[in-house]
Amino acid sequence: MAKFILRRFLTSFLALIASTVVVFIISRGISDPAVLLLPQEGYGMDPVEFEKLKDELHLNDTVPVQYWFWVSGIAQGDWGIDFATRQPIAPKLKEKWWPTAQLALSAFIVATVIGIPLGILSAVKRGTYMDLGGRSFAMLGQSLPTFWLGIVGIFIFSVSLGWLPSGTMQEGGFFLNKNLVMPTIVLAWLPMAGYLRLVRSAMLEVLDSEYIKLARAKGVSRQSVIWKHGFRNAILAPLTFAGVLLAGLITGSVAVETIFAWPGIARWAVEAVFSNNLTVLGAVTLVFTFAFIAANFVVDILYAFVDPRLRLT
Amino acid sequence: MINRGSETDPRDKMTSQPEPPRGILARSGRYLTEKLGRTNELDGNSAEALVARRIALTVGEGEELGPIARTLRFTRRWPVLSSIILVFMVTMAIFAPLITSNHPEKSNLIHRNYPPMFQDAAEDAEQIAKGRPEANYLMGTDQLGRDLWSRLAYGARVSLTVAAISLISGILIGTAMGLVAGWYGGLVDEFITRFVDVWLGLPFILVALVIAVVLGTSLLTVFILLALLAWTPFVRQVRAEVLSLKNREYVLSAKVAGSSTTRILLRHLLPGVMNTIIVIATFRIGQLILVEAFLSFLGAGIPPPTPAWGGMISDGRGYLRDAWWISMFPGAAIFLTVASMSFFGDWLRDRLDPKLRQVD
Repeated sequence: MAKFILRRFLTSFLALIASTVVVFIISRGISDPAVLLLPQEGYGMDPVEFEKLKDELHLNDTVPVQYWFWVSGIAQGDWGIDFATRQPIAPKLKEKWWPTAQLALSAFIVATVIGIPLGILSAVKRGTYMDLGGRSFAMLGQSLPTFWLGIVGIFIFSVSLGWLPSGTMQEGGFFLNKNLVMPTIVLAWLPMAGYLRLVRSAMLEVLDSEYIKLARAKGVSRQSVIWKHGFRNAILAPLTFAGVLLAGLITGSVAVETIFAWPGIARWAVEAVFSNNLTVLGAVTLVFTFAFIAANFVVDILYAFVDPRLRLT
Repeated sequence: MINRGSETDPRDKMTSQPEPPRGILARSGRYLTEKLGRTNELDGNSAEALVARRIALTVGEGEELGPIARTLRFTRRWPVLSSIILVFMVTMAIFAPLITSNHPEKSNLIHRNYPPMFQDAAEDAEQIAKGRPEANYLMGTDQLGRDLWSRLAYGARVSLTVAAISLISGILIGTAMGLVAGWYGGLVDEFITRFVDVWLGLPFILVALVIAVVLGTSLLTVFILLALLAWTPFVRQVRAEVLSLKNREYVLSAKVAGSSTTRILLRHLLPGVMNTIIVIATFRIGQLILVEAFLSFLGAGIPPPTPAWGGMISDGRGYLRDAWWISMFPGAAIFLTVASMSFFGDWLRDRLDPKLRQVD
């Protein structure tokens, strides 16, 4: 087991390094950031000052040297300087990551708590109207654009009915907070649909197997067949999905934070687009990548705990 | 086979055999009806399947079914509704200039935020009371007084074309990489699969925003971005298929016969993975439409005066209270297209490649 964890850790670390290279190449390698910083040269800026600024941001060095400065800085907790405000990124990142994490966490909980039971129900009641309802619900989640769903939600529940606030976070409030309700539901719908479909197909496969038939023939009660024999085997596949789900949550949080004016890092990144603020965009991209890799690492370890067969590979 | 009783002649019997149709159209037609039209509803223990089996037993091949039952069976066997919606969207895109009367980018400020035609008469009276000349806009107008229906139709053109072209480039890149990775194996395979893993680990939407900032927003940037999103599943699936196909007898004998690697890949392996590619493509195009809409919504996609569904939703964001229609119609169009695509994809997968069920 220790060997397995070590190997997984190494591959995760390599993936981390590779992702920093890719993010760096995309954000700095394709074109000169200094050009983006000052679209028109000589825009009231002294050429000497301009050179000084470029020096300050390490833009005069070769690309590998720039990469080294960037990565070693991040390793030491220095995320660089925000191009637009000339302020260091790290403190703002520290302040903004929690709202995003809070939103993602509550969406994750909602998706798991609702998606998995619905998937089981859909599989057990296969072919009935309940199954049809569950599948339609999943289909809606997968084809409704998240950002449009947010707008429709605001239109119905905030503008027309006035039940829920249309956005922003409440000061200091954590869970069970009125402001969190709509963003969470909008964000959770897509992963919920994914869970539902996966659990349903895994459960159907398990329920069709020989040992379930044997258990039924032995006279094991229906509840026991579903939960003890079926569910415990069917839950393995959806567990690996948790990693993929996080990727969906990240994309979704960009949409949801933009619509609901949520003070998290995803909205910060979207705002950075309008000021061509590449350093902020790169930093946020990297934070999300770290989160994704870390979550996948944890899920893999968990998976190996649950299913001993996987420790060998 | 028709049995005409005693007067049958052996030669007659031979000619009454259905001749295999000639020509690419006739053959693909036969392929479609035979392979795709077969019913898969009969496996499993659902009530539906039981009833279908009972009907099949009592009525034989189903020739004597009534018109309603036949229609029902037809809709279950073929994706009728989703095909209708998709055909509608494509027709709308192709014939956009014919079915709209206003230019999609022409603004008419006196009619800004004008309600859709189907609103009641009181609404019209209210508009006239505000001193605005009465007008007939099928879906109303947006915040600049542009005809929403025109924008929707022309937007279908833009959105569908962008999705289709980037999908095709994604298929080409992904399939080529998958073929190479599966065929050569070893270090090449390792590198390509690892690269795909790293790529999938990046938050795509943010990477897309970075690239949009670096390259500047234009139609070309959107193509590049969506192609960058489209290729990954093709690599994985094609690689897996090639791995299972490359040691088959027919591939080995092609090798022995002296075929070049290119020939084996393109003539012997590619047809074998074609079904998989088609199925993944139908799933992927829905996602591409969604992502394109989202990028346009964020302002990193198709640049503003050009109508695009995502951008139209974004236009209406500030006017939800006064003009809900600006955001609602394009959103509904996206939803309908993507949902039909996914239904169509489900159906196609069940018919062509049932083992792909776990994909996505």
